[in-house]
Amino acid sequence: MGQHTPLYDWHVAQAARMVPFGGWDMPLHYGSQLDEHHQVRRDAGLFDVSHMTAIDFTGAQAQAFLRHLLANDVARLQPSGKALYSCMLQADGGVIDDLIVYYMHDQWYRMVVNAGTTEKDLAWIEQQAQGFEVTVQPRQELAMLAIQGPQARSKTIPLLAADAQSSIAALKPFQAQAHADWFIGRTGYTGEDGFEVMLPQAQAVGFCDGLLAAGVQPCGLGARDTLRLEAGMNLYGSDMDESTSPLVSGLGWTIAWEPQERHFVGREALQKQRGQLKQRFVGLLLQDKGVLRNHLPLFEADRQIGEITSGGFSPTLKRSIALARIATDADHIQVEVRGKRLNVRIVKPPFVRNGQAKIELD
Amino acid sequence: MSQIPNELKYTESHEWLLLQDDGSVTVGITDTAQQLLGDLVFVELPEVGDVLAAGAECAVVESVKAASDVYCPIAGEISAVNETVADGPEVVNEDPYGEGWLFRLKPADGSDLSKLLDADAYASMAEDSH
Repeated sequence: MGQHTPLYDWHVAQAARMVPFGGWDMPLHYGSQLDEHHQVRRDAGLFDVSHMTAIDFTGAQAQAFLRHLLANDVARLQPSGKALYSCMLQADGGVIDDLIVYYMHDQWYRMVVNAGTTEKDLAWIEQQAQGFEVTVQPRQELAMLAIQGPQARSKTIPLLAADAQSSIAALKPFQAQAHADWFIGRTGYTGEDGFEVMLPQAQAVGFCDGLLAAGVQPCGLGARDTLRLEAGMNLYGSDMDESTSPLVSGLGWTIAWEPQERHFVGREALQKQRGQLKQRFVGLLLQDKGVLRNHLPLFEADRQIGEITSGGFSPTLKRSIALARIATDADHIQVEVRGKRLNVRIVKPPFVRNGQAKIELD
Repeated sequence: MSQIPNELKYTESHEWLLLQDDGSVTVGITDTAQQLLGDLVFVELPEVGDVLAAGAECAVVESVKAASDVYCPIAGEISAVNETVADGPEVVNEDPYGEGWLFRLKPADGSDLSKLLDADAYASMAEDSH
């Protein structure tokens, strides 16, 4: 049996199919993964992401430490509440984890890391923090929810503290606000508008009941994965890990090369790789019938030129899509599914944003 | 709870079979199987005329989650396939024992059917696999 979030019993009461995930028992779906996916694209869905870990960084050198630890640059974050997506790298440029970091003030940043990597991340962070005047505090006592979809904000705001509603309604994308012991960010992992909310565990069930009554559909990990894939967002462990550089994982845009004098872990390795990359990261659209799956091999003529890092069925496009790492010079590629070659076309992610297809279907 | 109709025969790999009046056998996947797979998004069917051995891989059902092989439960020749499920795989989720059937075959030996599981045997097996 895995760990339980404060919403475990709530999920079971909503008839969730519970599955093990990263050491936790989590809802895969509550009946139909496809329905949940469409609810998020068309209306509003609720995800329990309490298995992920919030970590607070406080102290005089909180900023200096994060500028050393992360490939993206937290000094870019202004004003208070602004969030940034970044990779945390090994010295050789391999990705330890991808994460979101929120800037609250110069001596307080909050980071959210993946569930399955939490232990490893904390060990690495503690080790790197030696010599910095920074306090690293995991906030495992917080529940974490994502409410996502075009109607997510309007259905969530009335359930928040009355004196917080107007300022929360005014949050810009990728901006967050702390209110008492709640923390609300206009962020997510679906390609739709919405909030991610951290709150005391004891209040999680009541808040979810309120969302349910407001017509927000509970959604499982299944829909979370198809939504993020359509949004062209990477999944740690599938699309990148310690053995891959962000430069071959479609994450070059998250590396802050400037200012040049900023040293961050992995910088030298990335600088060497840059300009001599043999692989690139692309989106794929299956031309034939079938479903692209993780690890399927890709070919150009008889040469294997890469593999799918995450693939699946896009409920919005009603086609199969994938993210893949391929040789830089490969162009006309095919995928091998059960011994058969099928045609795929290289496309530029995202596949879907804000309910709309972002690629040409043919 | 999964439905397991009494009048059908079953395999350990979650196919069901129904003997038709003309001696042919209709094959599909069980309610348990479709629940385990989740929403289906793609079905690959055999071709009419394919001659298959018992246990041969003869169809693929793919859900949002995974691809799963469908095995030919008894030896025979494919006599019909259900194009409805190829066009709309969700039919298998909605009606696995009716509109969601996959294919029909002419058994090489009609007595092979008696070697398969009855509803009670399948129910206790499916219970164990949960």
